[in-house]
Amino acid sequence: MKQSAERRAGSFERHGLTDEQLVAIFRTMLMQRTLENRGFQLNRQGKIPFASASEGHEAVQAGAAMAFARGKDILVPYYRDLGLALGIGVTPYEVLLSLFARAADHSAGRQFPHHYASRNLGLHTISSVIAAQLPHAVGAAYAMTYRGERGRAVLTTFGDGATSEGEWHESLNFAAVHKLPVVFLCENNEWAISTPLAKQMGQPDVHKRAAGYGMPGSVVDGMDPVACYAAVREAFERARSGGGPTLVEAKCYRFLAHTTDDDDRTYRSREEVERRRKEDPLPCFERLLVERTIVSAEAMAALKRSVLEEVNDATDRAEAMAYPLADDLYERVYAEAWRPWL
Amino acid sequence: MAVVSANTTVMNNVEAVRATLYDALKSDERVCILGEDVGARGNVFLITKDFVGEFGERRIIDTPIAEASIVGIAVGMAMEGLRPVAEIQFADFIYPSFNQIVGEAAKIRYRSNGEYTCPMVIRTPYGGGVRGALSHSVSIEALFYHVPGLKIVAPSFPADVKGLLNTAIDDPDPVMFLEHKKTYRLIKGEVPNGHYTIPLGKANVLKEGTQLSVVSYGLYVHWALEAARQLEGEGISVEVIDLRSIRPMDKTAILQSVEKTRKLLIIHEDNKFGGIGAEISAMVAEEALFHLDAPIRRLCGPDVPAMGYALPLEEEFMSSPAEMADAMREMVKF
Repeated sequence: MKQSAERRAGSFERHGLTDEQLVAIFRTMLMQRTLENRGFQLNRQGKIPFASASEGHEAVQAGAAMAFARGKDILVPYYRDLGLALGIGVTPYEVLLSLFARAADHSAGRQFPHHYASRNLGLHTISSVIAAQLPHAVGAAYAMTYRGERGRAVLTTFGDGATSEGEWHESLNFAAVHKLPVVFLCENNEWAISTPLAKQMGQPDVHKRAAGYGMPGSVVDGMDPVACYAAVREAFERARSGGGPTLVEAKCYRFLAHTTDDDDRTYRSREEVERRRKEDPLPCFERLLVERTIVSAEAMAALKRSVLEEVNDATDRAEAMAYPLADDLYERVYAEAWRPWL
Repeated sequence: MAVVSANTTVMNNVEAVRATLYDALKSDERVCILGEDVGARGNVFLITKDFVGEFGERRIIDTPIAEASIVGIAVGMAMEGLRPVAEIQFADFIYPSFNQIVGEAAKIRYRSNGEYTCPMVIRTPYGGGVRGALSHSVSIEALFYHVPGLKIVAPSFPADVKGLLNTAIDDPDPVMFLEHKKTYRLIKGEVPNGHYTIPLGKANVLKEGTQLSVVSYGLYVHWALEAARQLEGEGISVEVIDLRSIRPMDKTAILQSVEKTRKLLIIHEDNKFGGIGAEISAMVAEEALFHLDAPIRRLCGPDVPAMGYALPLEEEFMSSPAEMADAMREMVKF
């Protein structure tokens, strides 16, 4: 992972990103972190039953989102993709509606938090079932090709855990056969809840499997948002120009337990987590932006205040919104009214 | 296919499926077919024979042998504006796609609060009586009819195949279209020319009667009808109802018939425990118990994993028209 070495050595390749884009990436990362903390706080306060964690995934998600073309591309994510959702246009308020399971949530309070769906943003409805979304991404890409649409592509994301599923294999295989415009982005955080990589796969480099499917594969430091942007952009450009699918592996780490219902002390050491914390992409990227005077210290402080204010405001507004009505349970099972008997 | 009049054509069920798919491909650019051996081979029953030559590989898609993604890719296509008809080569092979059907297709509309929908058809040949052994003869309807979000159709006659398949392709939600293999070439009938649809959830009273209501679907509709006609000669009057649609199901037709005849016999090839007949029995018990003059009876497949390959094993599994006639006589005598 060349970018990582460069980052640590102090060199910096901005891959064509403007200062504004670099700051926007950082803001998405900080927003993701702040919103996830808010989810855990609300859970501990007894205000919401459940929250999930993507801490450690901020760099790969904000970087990938910057490569996504809003209004053209389609995102088929998994449930640990809050930063990607934010990066392509989901608002903090919508995130809080999801956490509070309010009627105005994308799923109208039916789904777990962070299971978004927005046709307007090109954001597919999210499944909790691992790897179930990959065939949908391939089907969506097939539909693009079917209609002869050029310059569009599908980004689908998943964790290392998903790479063990049959649908994962079937999807990469089909996409390669038909040279479909898909970017397969693996957010490899090394843990499938409690199961480490060593118990998931015989060799830990997911990107190496790309060769077996006849598609390009690449690996990137998932803690480096600019490197992730560059890797995903390259894959997007290949896909949009008819070059077919790519498997990108971003190596990151899950800092928190799987969800508020999980206790990761039962399966991994504190030493491991603390050691990996040193790679935390937020302080690393913040330092880089300030040291290179892309952001002044004052502007950084103001940015942090604005993120917190926005999250506080979104929390208050979303909490004040109504739950779905009990009768909403029966809505939208089918296009017509719900009735197994006619 | 023989044209017998200006308005109808005689077809078997294979020809009816084929003709309907052909018309859909002709009239709607969004319709595509994906499945194993649907291209050059033209499907193992020749349902899509020559389609790839006319409509091209873009629309007639030979997939790898990967049922989960056949359905899952169709889900993605449907979410993005196509009208895919996914084929599972034999119903026995549908199990790998269970998650994509039950966990995904059936829930897309609901879990996105209508933001995304999944208008697709899953066609698959099912059923026995063709020496299909353990893995080419199963009935799968009971595994799926429990699932809200799905619709399930199981037509028996060529005219219904056409009308219901047209409806299924037009439907805004996922529809499983079950085709009984034994009826593919055995059953012929007149099919109206031109485009028409038959609404889902409408049963068809094939033969009116006064002493017993028989509810069935698929191959057994034909055998139940044969048995009922035979009993006419004995002065026994049996009403035969072809459900055609399993989810939604036509409660009105069942109750109207039962309230008239006061006796109900449900016949299906799928095994009895937890089968379609169980739900019908419960519904009639809940809604029309005091109209009944006899206990409800179910004549169904036995509770074994599947019918065997050897002829005696297959025959033991299947109900014959003679067995159906015996059950009808006993019910009427009760």
